[in-house]
Amino acid sequence: MEQATGGYRGVWRRLRRNPIGMIGLTMLVTAIVVALLAPWLSPYDPNAVSRVTIMDVYQPPSPEHWLGADDAGRDVLTNFLYGARVSLTVGFFASFIAVAIGGLLGLTAGFLGGRTEGVLMRFTDIMLVIPDLPLAVVIVALTKPSLTNIILVIGLLGWTSTARLVRAQTLSVKQRKFVLRARAIGAGNRYIMRRHIFPLVLPLLVVNTVLVISLAILNESTLSFLGLGDPATLSWGQMLNYAFTRGAMSAGAWWALIPPGFGIVWVVLACTLLGQGLEQALNPRLLTHHLAADRTLTALRRLPPDPAPSSEGIT
Amino acid sequence: MHRSTYLVSKLAWAAFTILFVIVLNFFLFRILPGDPARAGVRDPRLTAEAQTAIRERFGLDKPVINCFASLNPLEPGDCAVNPLDTQFFIYAGNLLRGEFGISYHTNRPVVEVLGERLWNTLLLIGAGQILAIVLGMALGILAAWKAHTPVDYGALGFSLLAWSLPTFWLGIILLFWGSAYLGLPVGGKYTPGIDYANSWEQFADLARHLILPSLTYTIVFLGEYMLIMRSSLVDVLAEDYILTAKAKGLNHFQILKDHALKNAMLPMVTIIALNLGFTVAGAVQIESVFSWPGLGGAIYEAVNRRDYPMLQGAFLLLAVSVIIANLIAELLYSYLDPRVGRVNQS
Amino acid sequence: MSHEVKNRSPLLAVNHLSVDYVDPPHPPAAALREITFTLQRGEALGIVGESGCGKSTLMLALMRLLPAAGRIVAGSVRLDGVELLDLDEQTMAALRWKRIAMIFQGAMNALNPVRTVGEQIAEAIRLHEGVGDRRVLARRVGELLDLVGIAANRRDQYPFQYSGGMRQRAMIAMALACSPDIVIADEPTTALDVMIQAQILQLLADLRRQLQLSILLVTHDLGIVAELCDRVLVMYGGVMAEYADADTIYNSPAHPYTQALLRAFPDPTRPAQKLAAIPGAPPRLNDLPPGCRFAPRCPYVFARCHMAAPPVYAITPTHSAGCFLVANPQGGAA
Ligand SMILES: Nc1ncnc2c1ncn2[C@@H]1O[C@H](COP(=O)(O)OP(=O)(O)OP(=O)(O)O)[C@@H](O)[C@H]1O
Ligand code: SF4
Ligand SMILES: [Mg+2]
Repeated sequence: MEQATGGYRGVWRRLRRNPIGMIGLTMLVTAIVVALLAPWLSPYDPNAVSRVTIMDVYQPPSPEHWLGADDAGRDVLTNFLYGARVSLTVGFFASFIAVAIGGLLGLTAGFLGGRTEGVLMRFTDIMLVIPDLPLAVVIVALTKPSLTNIILVIGLLGWTSTARLVRAQTLSVKQRKFVLRARAIGAGNRYIMRRHIFPLVLPLLVVNTVLVISLAILNESTLSFLGLGDPATLSWGQMLNYAFTRGAMSAGAWWALIPPGFGIVWVVLACTLLGQGLEQALNPRLLTHHLAADRTLTALRRLPPDPAPSSEGIT
Repeated sequence: MHRSTYLVSKLAWAAFTILFVIVLNFFLFRILPGDPARAGVRDPRLTAEAQTAIRERFGLDKPVINCFASLNPLEPGDCAVNPLDTQFFIYAGNLLRGEFGISYHTNRPVVEVLGERLWNTLLLIGAGQILAIVLGMALGILAAWKAHTPVDYGALGFSLLAWSLPTFWLGIILLFWGSAYLGLPVGGKYTPGIDYANSWEQFADLARHLILPSLTYTIVFLGEYMLIMRSSLVDVLAEDYILTAKAKGLNHFQILKDHALKNAMLPMVTIIALNLGFTVAGAVQIESVFSWPGLGGAIYEAVNRRDYPMLQGAFLLLAVSVIIANLIAELLYSYLDPRVGRVNQS
Repeated sequence: MSHEVKNRSPLLAVNHLSVDYVDPPHPPAAALREITFTLQRGEALGIVGESGCGKSTLMLALMRLLPAAGRIVAGSVRLDGVELLDLDEQTMAALRWKRIAMIFQGAMNALNPVRTVGEQIAEAIRLHEGVGDRRVLARRVGELLDLVGIAANRRDQYPFQYSGGMRQRAMIAMALACSPDIVIADEPTTALDVMIQAQILQLLADLRRQLQLSILLVTHDLGIVAELCDRVLVMYGGVMAEYADADTIYNSPAHPYTQALLRAFPDPTRPAQKLAAIPGAPPRLNDLPPGCRFAPRCPYVFARCHMAAPPVYAITPTHSAGCFLVANPQGGAA
């Protein structure tokens, strides 16, 4: 893939010309910057203990609270900005675990082949069929719902698709000439994996990581929404859980429901778009669609009058 | 591979996976804190008789499995004990007899509660998935046919957005909007406390309750099915046999119908099958938001009520349903693709 | 005026056909320029040239089946005097396969993998002849398969159950389904082993005699052309190099490219080897220098060749070539 697409610089050049990918990248970078700058951007301190009166609960948006207040009278905008930190942290760490496991299993299975591959892929198939979210719910419910546990559970359950993808790519890379040659001159497995196979699997792994991040963020928000979030941190899912279970619906407090969801959609959409853009940049494909032709076929045609070959200049 | 061998191997594999899930389900609850059976014996919500019944039915005085009296905390036990006399095999035997335990919350057998709920989930998933598949495929076909035109970009944008929506959040927004502006019910399956004059009225009430949850389902999965249909159809339309069909004088409609769709359906079936896990995840979220009395809702309630037997049972039932649905999809695939399980002569 | 046009009206007359492949923002690639030839009833015309010289592009343009990037920018294609490039899409579709059928390069993928071979052949008959009766269709399909040497009872099998050679035979049966006037065969034997190649070519030769077909046979193998074709069009880099009777091409080639081709194939009865013997590579079509497209590889190249593209000179009424040497045999030495 590297040779065919002109290396990583070529990928970056094509990504820069890919509007979908660039929109996604910009959105993701924005989210990261907001998360990093949360303490400076937030109008209030999220941990400040304040006396709350009944009047503060679900206060509508106002100059003091741009996005209103939540069920405990806290500023929604502040929670929203800090929530970005939790979601992104879970997304990055959990997907790191998932991609590491999936990548390692996929590489090993694809490269070693034989019985190892059979066993690993069978295991992957089983894990692929067992529904993730209910299993995650069960595990988190049985353990202490903490941020670490959530990251671990999402990471340890989310590697299956990566493993399959990486295995397929490894299988195809393994047949390349230079890999066969390296093996013929007696290079060790570990060396071939690191020097020859991994660099060619990496681009695909990057695309996949971006998508795994978005899934991890969705999963975290779902677990938190279902009441399995870390009570000590306020993620977007957690905010939605509080709003939903503590009367935001009946109070008509849309300001407590819209922003956290918007945040999740923003980050997930960013990853999805970036993933699509990266994929197009890695696999530039001509449109060879046979039904697309009719729209453009016989443009610009002029008929010359003379059907015979020229006889100019015969001597 | 012969066709029947293929079918048998698929069946055997599904059976093995179910076995794996049963084992996982047992040990998960024994290893992690919160053993449903043992906790149940002390759960104040259960009557004294129920507690004794549990103790006997689950053989709680027996070791968990050979060599281990308990796994959490870890206590070694007798290895020579008759395996059938351990908690694990008693559990397995109970499952075979349809004995899933007793709900702490309702004091009713779990299997009874889940039985009712399975049908509700199937109703909801059925309505939502059928709509999503039909609409998603239609939109995907349109986008692929008009690839790289504004129609395509519009459909693509919509689908990527729909894909990125957290299911539960979309549910909340639709619920908020539907109940406030359309006067639709805020949850449940029927309006409580109504005596229906006839079954038509009852059906109408059910339909009103189904609108928002199945709409949520449809939107969330529509995008994904559209994306898959589009990309697999775009690939198929670039194949040589499509050019052959065109050279034969077929028009676009005939080419799509007779040559492209069946081939494009193959990855679609695979993906629908692979996505059954997401389907179930969607059910958990939607049923939680709309208080729909299904299996997914059961998980949500069980978590919040620490009703472990219920949680264990609901998870097992969900996982087994997904495995069976997956098996059906694979059999469907082998039916759609003549190449699967036939001898190649060349 | 050439001899054919005067005496008999040709079945197919292609004049000054030019095709571009567009790829914005890059300049369009001039894939075909000023291609002119005729095909008489019952005639077999061989189209010869290296890979990438535009043979498939030409065939697809004739049937108006170019991919989305392809544009017919000039020229005319007349079938029995009817201008195909002016027809609306529906009329054109009705004419495809009924009048001009095509055997594609690489029949491995040209058959739909999930429909039986019989269904795919019957489809053409149903579409163009309105035959709906299953039994009639089954009989016709059986006859067609029989014609190409496949047992009729294999009509209900899928392409993957056929061998490569059988698939190509099935493709030929499909092409003959509506008794077309012209069969285009685009490298019908690539990807087949030598034995099977010979069988398929023999089959084509037999069918041609039996059914009086007009054939456009695309290949980069001069040996095949020698066996099967009456006339030959040699293409180089999207332009006509030489157009003449097969005998003339073999015995008195006028274009340096044709001569090089023949040297690469010393024995036309032994096909198989590729054209690697000519040094250099075909031109890049979107970045053409002015002048003759063969100039970078031509052993006789002289100053004028770099200044303008040579026109196609008529040497005799039935022999023409696109090279300045035809008009000026001394070339640069003159
Ligand atoms: N869809 C396309 N878009 C852009 N350029 C194309 C496309 N199809 C073909 N070309 C270019 O047009 C030229 C002629 O291609 P064509 O397929 O007609 O060659 P050919 O003579 O049939 O070669 P071969 O013997 O390999 O089949 C080539 O340079 C090719 O790169
Ligand atoms: S025109 Fe010149 S370069 Fe072209 S073929 Fe003739 S001699 Fe060679
Ligand atoms: Mg070709």
